[in-house]
Amino acid sequence: MADASLGLWTVPLAVFGGAIRVSTPFLFVSLGECITERSGRINLGLEGTLVMGAMSAYGISYLSGSPWLGVLAAGITGALFGALHAGICSLPRVNDIAVGIALMLLGTGLAFFLGKPLIEPTAARLPAIDFGWWSDVPQLRAALRINVLFLIGVAIAPLLYWAFKTTRWGLLIRTAGESADAARAMGHSVLLIRLRATMVGGFLAGIGGSFLSLFYPGSWNEGLSSGQGITAVALVIFARWDPMLCLWASLAFGGAAALGPALQSVGITSGYHLFNAAPYILTLAIMIITCSPKRTLTGAPAELSITR
Amino acid sequence: MTTETAETVEAAGVAPAADPGFLQRHGASIEYILIPAAALVGALAVFGGFVALYGKNPLDLYFYMYYGAFGTAFSWQNTLTRAAPLILTALCTALPAQLGMVIIGGEGALLIGALSATSAALALQGAAPIVVQIAMVIAGMIGGGLWIALSGGLRQYRGVNETISSLLLVYIALAILNHLVEGPMRDPASLNKPSTREIGAANMIGSIPGTDVHWGLVFGLVAAVAAYILIYHTTFGFAARVAGGNIRAAKIVGLSVGKLIMTVCFLAGSCAGLAGMIEVAAVQGRTNANLAAGYGFTGILVAFLARQNPLAIIPVAILLGGISASGGLLQRRLGLPDASVLVLQGIIFVFVLASDALYGRIGLLKGKS
Repeated sequence: MADASLGLWTVPLAVFGGAIRVSTPFLFVSLGECITERSGRINLGLEGTLVMGAMSAYGISYLSGSPWLGVLAAGITGALFGALHAGICSLPRVNDIAVGIALMLLGTGLAFFLGKPLIEPTAARLPAIDFGWWSDVPQLRAALRINVLFLIGVAIAPLLYWAFKTTRWGLLIRTAGESADAARAMGHSVLLIRLRATMVGGFLAGIGGSFLSLFYPGSWNEGLSSGQGITAVALVIFARWDPMLCLWASLAFGGAAALGPALQSVGITSGYHLFNAAPYILTLAIMIITCSPKRTLTGAPAELSITR
Repeated sequence: MTTETAETVEAAGVAPAADPGFLQRHGASIEYILIPAAALVGALAVFGGFVALYGKNPLDLYFYMYYGAFGTAFSWQNTLTRAAPLILTALCTALPAQLGMVIIGGEGALLIGALSATSAALALQGAAPIVVQIAMVIAGMIGGGLWIALSGGLRQYRGVNETISSLLLVYIALAILNHLVEGPMRDPASLNKPSTREIGAANMIGSIPGTDVHWGLVFGLVAAVAAYILIYHTTFGFAARVAGGNIRAAKIVGLSVGKLIMTVCFLAGSCAGLAGMIEVAAVQGRTNANLAAGYGFTGILVAFLARQNPLAIIPVAILLGGISASGGLLQRRLGLPDASVLVLQGIIFVFVLASDALYGRIGLLKGKS
């Protein structure tokens, strides 16, 4: 498979291509979670939302023939899961972390249940834009076949950064996250703000799932997501709740996740599973480096239970 | 846990009321049984509706679930065999919960425990079976214990959230397991399903006489009772619960919170590691990817449904073991996908958490205050 003229250069090239391809679900989930966490709640259930999104996108794309309808369906499914999370969390004395774990299990279970008939058929997939038309190197062309969803995700990051900083909605979400009492004193319902923030977060996470089933790897099966959702949630923490940092972190993660397959393509197969665990090891390593028992993290919303 | 402290405060308020009547006097304890039971019934009803939408008769569903879980001697044995690892993985969540920690990495500790136990058995080939078995228990418990202690240590000394780190460690454990069984530890004879070499028939722990239920169930029961005694009847357990209720108060009275966290996490992980050892020594006979069967994740649900009480974990684990035991029957008789058990577990989990809001709010059980 490896082009002789490229030799070991295939590896960084594949990692680069992978960074773009594999990072998209990380990007969408982390941006979604960023919105939710800024409002003062953590939704660990995005792993389940991601898988549900992947399943519903594949199903709708298969039934309707339109992958974009699938993406929309994935977003709506995600928003519904977000509403469920926020709804249960708004009951008194309910722990948001525990609800997230429950929805993680429910989401994956439901997706496997409903997705059983979807393992065989082939659904219409999302198109890619060929940015590598000028090159003769097939690996480079493959790396530069970029999906529109990635570009949308890249556009959402600065948009979100701007929205948090300057818009009324951004201010409301930040107020709810920093001090629920202050938001209440301003006459706003904290529960309603968090409901909306969690629904938008779920919507984005669902779209991240649709990328998995409709573009890369581009099929529906039960092993589609193994922890991308939870990794993305962790990623928000060391991205310091900053949408732009979420973007860079997602790209780094995509690259790490592409390392295993890239090395395999040049014939380095030993340690394949260990390289595949690279994103998890990287997440843990970065969390160990950036967290501290002495102080709460800079930028952490004060209402967030996870930073206690 | 904060809910429990609220509960105790309420119970204390109930006690002095003049002739409050039986319901009021035992309101708090009745709630602990009534509310989870109601959540369970609610979840079953929703699942029945879900299955009805799928075009199956919910009454058939309930019948087959009962029949597959508790209907015959065979299904009872199947249920109890599955309950054994669930008790142990539930303890992996319930013990740290006393300290206010949410550990959800039991699956990882189970896998590492299984790997350690298998390594011990393979290293001691030729020794007397009882020696091998004891070595397996010790290795499994140490392996699993260190795995969760890692999460505890990261929380205590680096401030890393233990929920996320323990879950990330599940994926890392799975990668290590896959790496070892497909590489260094692979039995060349295992072609389709890469596995380690077998630990040997003589080293397997057998069944409880007169049944097909393996000894793992006894391990689980002993661990649950021991955990109960540790938490509620020792100074160590009391210290742990104090630290779980109010960490600042615990520090002021001079408790070594770091030591508590590390010890409790180690014990929790060693329970899950023991579950892994049992799955190897009583069921699989070797380590392979079959071990990642989700016992660790179901264990989280068991712990929450049992409200983190080690004794309550026993019946809840049997119940959840029964649900998963009936999965095969649901597949064969009703044509439901194998994931239906996962869906039901998820629905139960959601209902149980939502029902947390009900404590202290049922009028009939409320004391006059």
